[in-house]
Amino acid sequence: MIKIEKLHKSYPIGKDSLHVLKGIDLHIKEGEFVSIMGSSGSGKSTLLNIVGLLDIHDQGNYFLNGQLIKNMNEKKAAILRNKFLGFVFQSFNLISYKTALENVALPLYYKGLKRKERLKIALDYLEKVGLKEWANHLPNELSGGQKQRVAIARALVTKPKVVLADEPTGALDSGTTDSVMGLLKDINNEGMTVFVITHEQEVAEQTKRIVHLKDGVIINDFLTKEIKKA
Amino acid sequence: MRFLFDTETWQEIYGSIRKNKLRTGITIIGVLWGIFLLIVLLGATRGLENSFKNAFGNLATNSVFVWTQSTDTPFKGFQKGRSFRLTMNDIDVLKSEYASEIKFLAPRNQTMNLIVRDFKSGSFKVSGDYPILDQIQKKSLTFGRFLNQNDIMSMSKVAVISEEMVKQLFDKEEMPIGQYIKINNINYKVVGVYEPSNTVNFDRDTAYIPFTTFKKVYNSSDKIDWMMITANNGVNIEQLEKDLLLTLKNLHKVHPEDKRAFGSINLGKEIGRLTGFLTGMQFLTWFVGIATLIAGVFAIGNILLITVKERTKEIGIRRAIGATPKSIRQQIILEAVFLTATAGMLGIIFGAFTLYIIDAGFGQGPDAALINPTVNIPIILISCTILIFLGTLIGLIPAHMATIIKPIEALREE
Ligand SMILES: Nc1ncnc2c1ncn2[C@@H]1O[C@H](COP(=O)(O)OP(=O)(O)O)[C@@H](O)[C@H]1O
Ligand SMILES: [Mg+2]
Repeated sequence: MIKIEKLHKSYPIGKDSLHVLKGIDLHIKEGEFVSIMGSSGSGKSTLLNIVGLLDIHDQGNYFLNGQLIKNMNEKKAAILRNKFLGFVFQSFNLISYKTALENVALPLYYKGLKRKERLKIALDYLEKVGLKEWANHLPNELSGGQKQRVAIARALVTKPKVVLADEPTGALDSGTTDSVMGLLKDINNEGMTVFVITHEQEVAEQTKRIVHLKDGVIINDFLTKEIKKA
Repeated sequence: MRFLFDTETWQEIYGSIRKNKLRTGITIIGVLWGIFLLIVLLGATRGLENSFKNAFGNLATNSVFVWTQSTDTPFKGFQKGRSFRLTMNDIDVLKSEYASEIKFLAPRNQTMNLIVRDFKSGSFKVSGDYPILDQIQKKSLTFGRFLNQNDIMSMSKVAVISEEMVKQLFDKEEMPIGQYIKINNINYKVVGVYEPSNTVNFDRDTAYIPFTTFKKVYNSSDKIDWMMITANNGVNIEQLEKDLLLTLKNLHKVHPEDKRAFGSINLGKEIGRLTGFLTGMQFLTWFVGIATLIAGVFAIGNILLITVKERTKEIGIRRAIGATPKSIRQQIILEAVFLTATAGMLGIIFGAFTLYIIDAGFGQGPDAALINPTVNIPIILISCTILIFLGTLIGLIPAHMATIIKPIEALREE
């Protein structure tokens, strides 16, 4: 599903450049549940953004669903994001003046679905994350955990191949963290590939594979106990 | 085009407008004011033009009127301050010398007289005229006819009088045609009645009698009070006026530089002045209106730019979930067009309403200052098209700004 070979990424800082990813090799197969761990500044978000087509790499190859990602223009990237990828952010990134239902339905708008259909599907997904009764509430009327569940519903609504989550529980307390992770587990059990960034050991342990990143290289990559359970 | 009919599209616009109510309102006012000014000023100018047209409507506009006063320069042995009068000889000379320039030439004699009918009477102007007068200053007749050549030849005692005179001299419902009135104790048969005109008018409530009859009855011999001259099309009326006066000065032994000896009014010149004024007004209107409009449209572009800046993060989110740059651009351009169009419509509505009020206040009655102050539908349609075009154009800038930033940078924005 995701195949990365000798990937490099630097950020220009004035005249110099900051070498963040220094040759990453990573292969994530369909249906995997992977977490990336590493200290702050180790390049986790950078990697996820490249995988999510929000940013471009400098060197190496990246294959998404078998397709080589190269010379992407914004339009192609947008279509691929809409088709293959679902995003969950640490800060939820819901649109404040839209209701939960409208937020979830928005990706379907860009997919070109009719409004009725959009809202119907969106409501199904809200039900799936247990927030059907909250459909017509604005984000600021929801708790953090609820917001993140709305964001997950939004990430799922286009039936992506991969869900990318950058510290999805970073802004949540431990109770809601568990419910959000439970939801991601359920999604994964349905066969979706899930790729999570976290720096919490307990969160990472709930995934099936942990990749450790340090100073822009992978230092460790192993399967968790979780996989043996399944 | 499909996106135009999607509720989401309009919800987006509504959402962004609602977030900036005050600022949106203020910017809309710019365009609104521009189109309002354009419509009201154009309408008012049109009204003014209409009333001018109305005022000169029945006058041949390339005309000049000439009469005598008294000299202000001694010449050929004459003292200054000498009075003299136009004569039939002048008419003949002018007619032959300017045969190709002059279309109509009407000598006129006028006096005030008591006009009596049975027990009713009134003091009115009496004018000795040729039928040609009707060509220079069109009379609209309610009954009967104007003077004709036959009246001139036979020196008939006939008169054409005004409706007001009929009202004062005749009983209600009485038919004046064929009846007799006494002017200076001589009976005249009424052959025509004319309507008052609300236009520039030199003889209100005048009894017109044949020139020849006047000459005989008032014993004016060859003397003439004044004359009306209409030039052929294409003749420079101002030049003709100068030439005529020079000829007349020569005939009457008046110094060529004498400024007072002859009085004259050149209708062509006066109307040219008014037309020039109107053209100026129109130009100013367009200038002010369009400048204001452009400023208004720029203001809208500016607010959209600010809005886009404020919504950078939101735009980043949208792009992360699959919005193409095109869809973002469309949205912003549509917003610009929507704002300009709304402002434009409001401006047109307020403008039309104001014109309606102006019409009610100043557009009615015979002496109306602004008759029918209106703006052509095509002008409105053209301004709307231009507005929508400008709206699109100005929307391109914020639309470009919204998509130039990479999604990842947009998301990082706080
Ligand atoms: N746009 C950028 N420009 C410059 N430096 C950046 C940019 N984004 C991230 N960095 C730097 O790259 C490094 C890795 O960042 P990031 O991938 O966000 O780390 P993590 O998510 O693991 O905390 C950090 O040192 C960060 O400061
Ligand atoms: Mg990070």
